[in-house]
Amino acid sequence: MSTLTQTTSATGDTGAAPGRPAYRVTGRRVLASEWAKLWSLRSTWITLGLGLLFLVVFGVIAAYRYQSMIGSPRMDKDFARSTALSLSLFGANFAQLALGVLGVLVTAGEYSTGMIRSTMAAVPRRLPVLWSKAAVYGLVALVVGTAGAFVAFLVGGRIVSDTSAALTLGHAGVVRGLFGAGLYLGLVGVIGTALGALLRSVAGGISVLVAVFMLVPGLASLLPSSWHDAITPYLPSSAGQAMYALTHDATTLSPGAGLLVFLGWTALVLAGAAYRLRRGDV
Amino acid sequence: MIEAQRLTKRYGEKTAVDGLDFVVRPGTVTGFLGPNGAGKSTTMRMIVGLDTPTSGSVTVNGSRYAGHRAPLQEVGALLEARSVHPGRSAYQHLRALALTHGIPRRRVDEVIALTGLGSVAGKRAGSFSLGMGQRLGIAAALLGDPRTVMLDEPVNGLDPEGVLWIRNLLTSLAAEGRTVFVSSHLMSEVAQVADHLIVVGRGRLLADTTVRDLVREAGGDTVRVATGDPGRLREVLAGPGVEITGRPGSEELQVSGVTAREVGLKAAEHGIPLFELSARAVSLESAFMELTRDAVEYHGTTTTAADRTGSAA
Repeated sequence: MSTLTQTTSATGDTGAAPGRPAYRVTGRRVLASEWAKLWSLRSTWITLGLGLLFLVVFGVIAAYRYQSMIGSPRMDKDFARSTALSLSLFGANFAQLALGVLGVLVTAGEYSTGMIRSTMAAVPRRLPVLWSKAAVYGLVALVVGTAGAFVAFLVGGRIVSDTSAALTLGHAGVVRGLFGAGLYLGLVGVIGTALGALLRSVAGGISVLVAVFMLVPGLASLLPSSWHDAITPYLPSSAGQAMYALTHDATTLSPGAGLLVFLGWTALVLAGAAYRLRRGDV
Repeated sequence: MIEAQRLTKRYGEKTAVDGLDFVVRPGTVTGFLGPNGAGKSTTMRMIVGLDTPTSGSVTVNGSRYAGHRAPLQEVGALLEARSVHPGRSAYQHLRALALTHGIPRRRVDEVIALTGLGSVAGKRAGSFSLGMGQRLGIAAALLGDPRTVMLDEPVNGLDPEGVLWIRNLLTSLAAEGRTVFVSSHLMSEVAQVADHLIVVGRGRLLADTTVRDLVREAGGDTVRVATGDPGRLREVLAGPGVEITGRPGSEELQVSGVTAREVGLKAAEHGIPLFELSARAVSLESAFMELTRDAVEYHGTTTTAADRTGSAA
């Protein structure tokens, strides 16, 4: 059993017994660990691929549909007002589900498999794990979302280039909108991880995610119109859409305000997750 | 070194751990025994900070587990069988844990070799047999070269070769001066490796003792001897620490404090005829059952003769 005894020399100051290596948990190391964990699961590659695919493919489909329906009487008025930006970001609705679900898996998946016990035994202060997961995955979702948004715009924009929807990257608000979409998807990823950590259940996390981003906006339209107009802009889905919309009217928030409101929602869920993680048993 | 002071954990109405006081010392293997539901796993979870005690406290190597700079270097724990993501390879699992502490890649390879996982390190942990899963858990426990090793039911699901491997591992870890704390609900398992025993039932401490003392208290180490001259045999055997009982007029005596071998030698030396000589070994298992009888959570429906006399008394 001589292999059990580490022969690495201690680097000195940590008070470890002589002959023992001086290991230490640091924030950067927890980040590195979460980064390695994320990429060592097949589900990460599959779900990110799906998210990217949804974003690009649905954007392109929307652009084709617009291009083929021009001048047709069957085209409804809202659709006729589309721009190259709104058409190519049509897939964001679907990509947000894929990226949000992967966020839930990143945290809740550890609870459902029991991995969380290994994780928390290694980092018993617990909170660094939550911050690292949210940061690592949020960043990955941001990069994937931004890349997907640009690709979708470049392809979709070309399809509608000879229509009234045509826009180029040079138009005011287009680049902002594409980065806004990437940021939105990154934050949806963070919300997913926070929901997973808060609910500790993959099914629960995904249900709440779908409810918040798909059902609540529909339900809100059932409210009396004065309530509806007052509440709707502040819902996570509407505030998020304001981050990447090209035009804004009285019923929507400005991109900056949308970002602030959406950041607020993100912080709220993260705070809930941190509270539960800090207080209870694992 | 693990020290628990009035350690208590309640889940709602149910008290899982009830005011436990104990010390687990370095350099020996300490067995943590109790029937199912006695609070062993909960206690171990509190030691590594997964559960927060309702009251009382437990420290490892002098401070709270979460207070250490490098927790994996203080305590390596194997908890409930699966604490692994089934989709991640054994190597990636260990590597991810190692990264949190800055433990070098080389050490990951070392524990993989040590636990005999070399050929399957690249496979997804979900495809592992129970035994392989246990080995992976033990590899993770040893990753930080910890001063205290704590294993919850480590031999569960292992084949005989695996059981032997664990036994040797535990003894060698203790011989290196580490604190080794092993739980089990099987006395026979623990008795093979442990010197010290902490026995719990229904969350309470039932005994904090050594294997030898436990057997002696349970009336073990008695020698039954039948002789033609019980009176003289009594005289010959009498001495400090020796206790002899027997019904008057009977040829049979129960002797404790000396071995069967010594009784035989003494009798031969003095020319006392013996008709029967046997060591009545109280098995560890029955000593343990005796100790925990009232603390067993779920009794079977078949009552043994001992149970019936017990309830009649």
